Amino acid sequence: MAQPARQPGAAAAPDQARPFVVFDSVSLAYDESGNAIEDISLSIHEGEFVAFVGPSGCGKSTFMKLCTGLRPPTRGTVEVDGKPVKGPLKISGMAFQNATLLPWRTTLDNVLLPLEIVEPYRRRFRRDRAQFVEQAMALLRTVGLEGYEHQYPWQLSGGMQQRASICRALIHEPRLLMLDEPFASLDAFTREELWCVLRDLWESQRFTVVLVTHDLREAVFLADTVYVMSKRPGRILDEHAIGLDRPRSLEVTYSEPFTNLVHSLRSQIGEIRGQ
Amino acid sequence: MGNKAVERAAPWIAVALLVVVWEFTVWILAVPEFIFPGPTATAQALWNFAGPISVHSWQTFWTTMVGFSLGVLTGLVLGFIVGSSRFMYHACYPLLVGFNAIPKVAFVPILVVWFGIGSVPAILTAFLICFFPILVNVATGLAPLEPEMEDVLRVLGAKRLDVLLKVGLPRSLPYFFASLKVAITLAFVGAVVSETVASNQGIGYLMMSAGSQMRMPLVFAGLIVISVMAMIMYEVFAQLEKRMTGWAHRGQSAL
Repeated sequence: MAQPARQPGAAAAPDQARPFVVFDSVSLAYDESGNAIEDISLSIHEGEFVAFVGPSGCGKSTFMKLCTGLRPPTRGTVEVDGKPVKGPLKISGMAFQNATLLPWRTTLDNVLLPLEIVEPYRRRFRRDRAQFVEQAMALLRTVGLEGYEHQYPWQLSGGMQQRASICRALIHEPRLLMLDEPFASLDAFTREELWCVLRDLWESQRFTVVLVTHDLREAVFLADTVYVMSKRPGRILDEHAIGLDRPRSLEVTYSEPFTNLVHSLRSQIGEIRGQ
Repeated sequence: MGNKAVERAAPWIAVALLVVVWEFTVWILAVPEFIFPGPTATAQALWNFAGPISVHSWQTFWTTMVGFSLGVLTGLVLGFIVGSSRFMYHACYPLLVGFNAIPKVAFVPILVVWFGIGSVPAILTAFLICFFPILVNVATGLAPLEPEMEDVLRVLGAKRLDVLLKVGLPRSLPYFFASLKVAITLAFVGAVVSETVASNQGIGYLMMSAGSQMRMPLVFAGLIVISVMAMIMYEVFAQLEKRMTGWAHRGQSAL
């Protein structure tokens, strides 16, 4: 079962050795124009934090769609939790660069939205609403949105909207969290603040995270494993195990090992872009 | 007087100005009353014929409201159907545009043949003329959602109907309420037009018969009554819109 090439990745996620997400030579073509991603094989352990970096249009978002079952692969197989993926995976939560909150709902109601849709919560939503509200409030508290629960999205700053969006992705306690450049539109300080919010959420709940990002510092700071993807058709070119001690503080980002990692990633991406 | 107060007084000032200009023009040109009555003569007619006017306005009012309610119902249902799928949208839209281009007065003779004269043609004309804007607005509001939002919902196992009810419908509400304002005024037009041709009750009929007897002040009184009714109902729906869809407007004012 163990893949020799993946040894470093396995070492970075010490608590679980069982593969949770397994891609076996997966390709996806949206249309005749060729593959968006090509021949991807990898395995992610339960509770692992992985990041995908690469040039624009390298199919990072496509990877997310495959992982969550929103798209079936053209070739190859995707397995999550030991079962082949056959349709949308309810155990996943998603957040994007745009917070995509619904403007007519308060922050709290936005966070509760998934529970109105996903089973088994949906069935119990009316009856157990009080309990769910409690749950949402606790989540909002941990991301620093206490006191904003009855505000509407347009009353929140971009960073706060993004916090709410992450809460919405986590409210149904998904085992797999998909983040597609979630902090890309925020200013540098807010972004670093949210790194820490995400880090703390992950440290306490240990869900599996797939983070797609352009920000190499973000990838190195947060992830156990960073995958480098090629230009379209996207392939995995390299895999970096990030051995930095956890929990990591923002101070780490100024340390030499950190900068070295970022630097080597940067030059690798530079080469890919230059090709 | 603050800016707010001026703003609130503005429409009344405009009305007063209009009345003054109207009275003055009629007086300076010495137009006979049976051609173009001034505001005083119109007001007199309003007062003298208050009884019959209120009977007929009530008739116009309720037929309009029934037609309008039918229009809202039909507009909502059809708008939901047309807007809920691209196929339906493309299939129905040209037909609906074609239908909307037909002057609704043209339907009145048909309606008379089918239902006789009276309230029914008035209700149906009001209905026919007012459901279209509602339909178009609801259908437009339901238009496809952002791909990210769709992913968020689909991954949770949301069905088409879930997406429509949780996202599409609430998002189309501002369009819907905006269309109600347009539709209610159109409904009055429909009802009155039908009454002038095919009824023996209602403001439209009253104006028609008064006109044929050259009692112009009464005709003008009828005009005033219709427009006052329409303005009041418009304001009712404008307030309703503000209440129901505050989120859509506050967002802009907060910027």
